[in-house]
Amino acid sequence: MSRSETGAGPDRKRLGSPWTGLGAVVAKETADHLSSARMRILEALVFLTAIAAAYAAIRSIRATIGESPFLFLRLLTFSQDPLPSFIALLGFLIPLVAIALSFDAINGEFNRRTMSRILAQPIYRDALLLGKFFAGLLALTIGLVSLWLLVLGLGLLLLGLPPSTEETVRMLGFLVATIAFGGVWLAVALLFSVVFRAPATAALAALGAWLLFALFWSVITPLVANLIAGPPEGVFGPRMEFLEVQQIIDRLSPNTLYAESALALLHPATRALGPVLISQLQGALLGAPLPASQSFILIWPQLTGLIAATIVIFVIAYIAFQRQEIRA
Amino acid sequence: MADEVVIKAEGLTKRYGETLAVDHIDLAVNAGEIVGILGPNGSGKTTTILMLLGLTEPTSGRALVAGFDPLRAPLEVKRRVGYLPDQIGFYDGLSARDNLAYTGRLAGLSRPEIDERFTAALGRVGLGDVGRARVATFSQGMRQRLGLAEILMKRPSVAILDEPTTALDPHSTQEFLEMIRRLKADGTAVLLSSHHLDQVQSVCDRVALFNRGRIVLSGTVTELAGRVLGGGHVIDVEVRGASVEQRLAAMPGIVRVQTLGLGQDSQRYRVDCASDLRSEIARRLASEVELIGLHFAAPSLNEVYNRYFEEARNVAQ
Repeated sequence: MSRSETGAGPDRKRLGSPWTGLGAVVAKETADHLSSARMRILEALVFLTAIAAAYAAIRSIRATIGESPFLFLRLLTFSQDPLPSFIALLGFLIPLVAIALSFDAINGEFNRRTMSRILAQPIYRDALLLGKFFAGLLALTIGLVSLWLLVLGLGLLLLGLPPSTEETVRMLGFLVATIAFGGVWLAVALLFSVVFRAPATAALAALGAWLLFALFWSVITPLVANLIAGPPEGVFGPRMEFLEVQQIIDRLSPNTLYAESALALLHPATRALGPVLISQLQGALLGAPLPASQSFILIWPQLTGLIAATIVIFVIAYIAFQRQEIRA
Repeated sequence: MADEVVIKAEGLTKRYGETLAVDHIDLAVNAGEIVGILGPNGSGKTTTILMLLGLTEPTSGRALVAGFDPLRAPLEVKRRVGYLPDQIGFYDGLSARDNLAYTGRLAGLSRPEIDERFTAALGRVGLGDVGRARVATFSQGMRQRLGLAEILMKRPSVAILDEPTTALDPHSTQEFLEMIRRLKADGTAVLLSSHHLDQVQSVCDRVALFNRGRIVLSGTVTELAGRVLGGGHVIDVEVRGASVEQRLAAMPGIVRVQTLGLGQDSQRYRVDCASDLRSEIARRLASEVELIGLHFAAPSLNEVYNRYFEEARNVAQ
């Protein structure tokens, strides 16, 4: 590519805004996503499974109204065989939706032979790549907000109670964390769509990464931690060094960061996200909920980590895209 | 306006690692002029186009397109240049109108401007009645026309057409060439890259011949013929009787004789010569055969091209 478009050196700095045309790209790509059969199928899948999980939870929770001040949060975390909980389903399906939204974002333009025609218009590549990412994120956000409102409405209707302010704030925080989690997988799929010219290869690579973090990461982390920090057990029981290293490696996975965020936000009694020492529990009322603000402080690093991972992966995709020759 | 230079390249060079794709080319195109760029695959034509569009950075040299440097002000260049790539692609799921509305918005056109220009452009390329149809239903020829409509919508001062007639049938090709002539009539400079030499000759004012990243010849077809075919005089000879090929080849001043066709009772030859030898040829042949025709032939770009590369191959061997 074209350092001509990034500008190299002060005398060769490119003129014009890199965001010229961004709005047009976002509008077109969002419209494409929302009207595509692919998106509708995925939305139907997510809506059906998530609503089924929420409905099953509501039926069980109704019998215990009055036992918990956080009924709406339980609605999201309660699981009843054979269905997993609402958040477990989202954690599983959101990466799939995000990958489906952007695995062919860039290579699709090359394969359709529209890339050179689009970039011959007065826009920089920055606007095209960022526009495609924003459009994916917007489509994902629209779907998640609709789902969030639907679950809230279902809860209102079947529980006959409105959510408390505390619950609403926590659920909103969960929504933001879910969008950030989706953003990571959008960026991953976008990166593979830049790197691989065949959409099927890009999709397979993104799904491989998802499988790695969703299924195999929990198997890999103790092995790697063992190699780095030694055995998990010492003479006096579990070794702190091992647990810390394992936690660091575990948190390299966006799935872990998302799961920890969901745990802290939707289980208000969660006081720490990692090994807890006895000394930390002195004076604590076990099982007592934390205020929402404290839970947000607890998940702040996780949320920042998800957003930072999105930015880093997007930047790698950006650099790779800028270096590509445009001949199709 | 016709003398206004809208494309100017000086020492434009592009290197990919060890490979020299474009080697110090100089090129100037005036407003309202059609310039053909020819050459074998991999000779640097498309790379040159990409550099002029600001889609790839030259290793050295500089260019000015519509008064702007594609390296520093690619957006300004792209606002003024319409580009039709070879094997053009569209979003098949969208209508012709939606496809062009998208690129119109990218080009900064307002909705009313898009509506007005879209109708006019589609009418001009003969697609006026399929504006709402999905592009998936379009033939390759219709897609090429739609690509040209996109250029027309932009009202550019420069149009760069890369192999625009490759997938067209003969009738569509003629119509497409006529549209290119109309672009010229509008004052648009056209840079036309093509392997169809007869088409290039029929529409282009000048041609530039690329070989191994360099412009090895440039000028009008007559000028090129003068340089490559020798003297630039091409004479068609038609006789009835015995073959005269060797007799013609032996005449002083004749550079080359080519047999065009042997009929039942007549033979046609094309003779390249350094000067007008028509009377000399007539005198020599009159006593031996019946001379049916003797006239100047327009120099053919095809011959120039083939002769140049034939000689280049001979030199290389």
